[in-house]
Amino acid sequence: MMLWVAILLAAAIAFGLKLAGYLVPASVLDDPRVRRVTAALPIALLAALIATQTLTQRDGSLTLDARVAAVGVAVVALLLRAPFIVVVVLGAGTAALLRHLGWG
Amino acid sequence: MTEAHPRGLPRAERTVVVREALSVGIATGAYGISFGALAVAAGLDVWQAMALSLLMFTGGSQFAFIGIVAGGVQAAPAAIGASSLLGVRNGLYALELTQLLGVTGLRRLGAAHLTIDESTAVAVSQDDVRASRLGFWLTGGAVFTLWNLATLGGALLGTQVGDPRTYGLDAAACAAFTALLWPRLRSRDAVAVAAVAAVVSIALSPSLPLGVPVLVAAFAALIVWRAPRGRDA
Repeated sequence: MMLWVAILLAAAIAFGLKLAGYLVPASVLDDPRVRRVTAALPIALLAALIATQTLTQRDGSLTLDARVAAVGVAVVALLLRAPFIVVVVLGAGTAALLRHLGWG
Repeated sequence: MTEAHPRGLPRAERTVVVREALSVGIATGAYGISFGALAVAAGLDVWQAMALSLLMFTGGSQFAFIGIVAGGVQAAPAAIGASSLLGVRNGLYALELTQLLGVTGLRRLGAAHLTIDESTAVAVSQDDVRASRLGFWLTGGAVFTLWNLATLGGALLGTQVGDPRTYGLDAAACAAFTALLWPRLRSRDAVAVAAVAAVVSIALSPSLPLGVPVLVAAFAALIVWRAPRGRDA
């Protein structure tokens, strides 16, 4: 029962956080300076997310493993203008292969 | 932002967005198997695992929640705190998405529920606002559907299912986010913001709770950038 309460409360907070951004009045977001910041925010957040997902373990400690190699291969594919699906499959394949070979 | 209906989108562009949305949906959705299995191993029943995927619907928060609750139900307040910290960034995505999607009324509730890393990344990756909107709804819908089906499968099958890392699914997510951010990195400002955010988040990761480094890093990057004249970032 306790666990159900915790689940529903955590889910309600998660939804509330998502919704909060949609409830900010358009008049506030229309300011050109605010617009520039809100447009840059996802870029900053996603860049930070990629970095932490690629280079850290669940406890936050840094590590170099198959994920780094996968993102490296993905970047090369992007420089060669490979389509999205090819980039993703190459990333997954690189990590799977390296792990199969016993690294990372 | 007139004529925002996806049907006005040229066929070739539409195909690109649909492929992105579906590949992100499949790669992320498959991870739900792992979530379902771990949730049951952490002491949740199938219904509770499903409630998290259906109602919380934000992967990072869900994994953090069950990871802490696995230590016993007395850890519930800490679990709620951790999942909420990780959920803050969805609210920040929403600040941009509310302008990009142009949603009002009840559709805002649907958009809010589908606001996650993946749907945001596909939306902001597009040059055309119609493509952004199509990408957001398709990606959100695909991830929601597959993530929930996979959670159910994982919760029922339990630990018989293999580790998604064996198939490189974690790396697939890193590669997909990189590919989605790529088209936005044309201006020097955007590259600077992304680079500072990446470096700061890595530097802070060992010492701060999960979710916080990404938030602090993003704000640090915006402060360093200090909103100069550049329009494109």
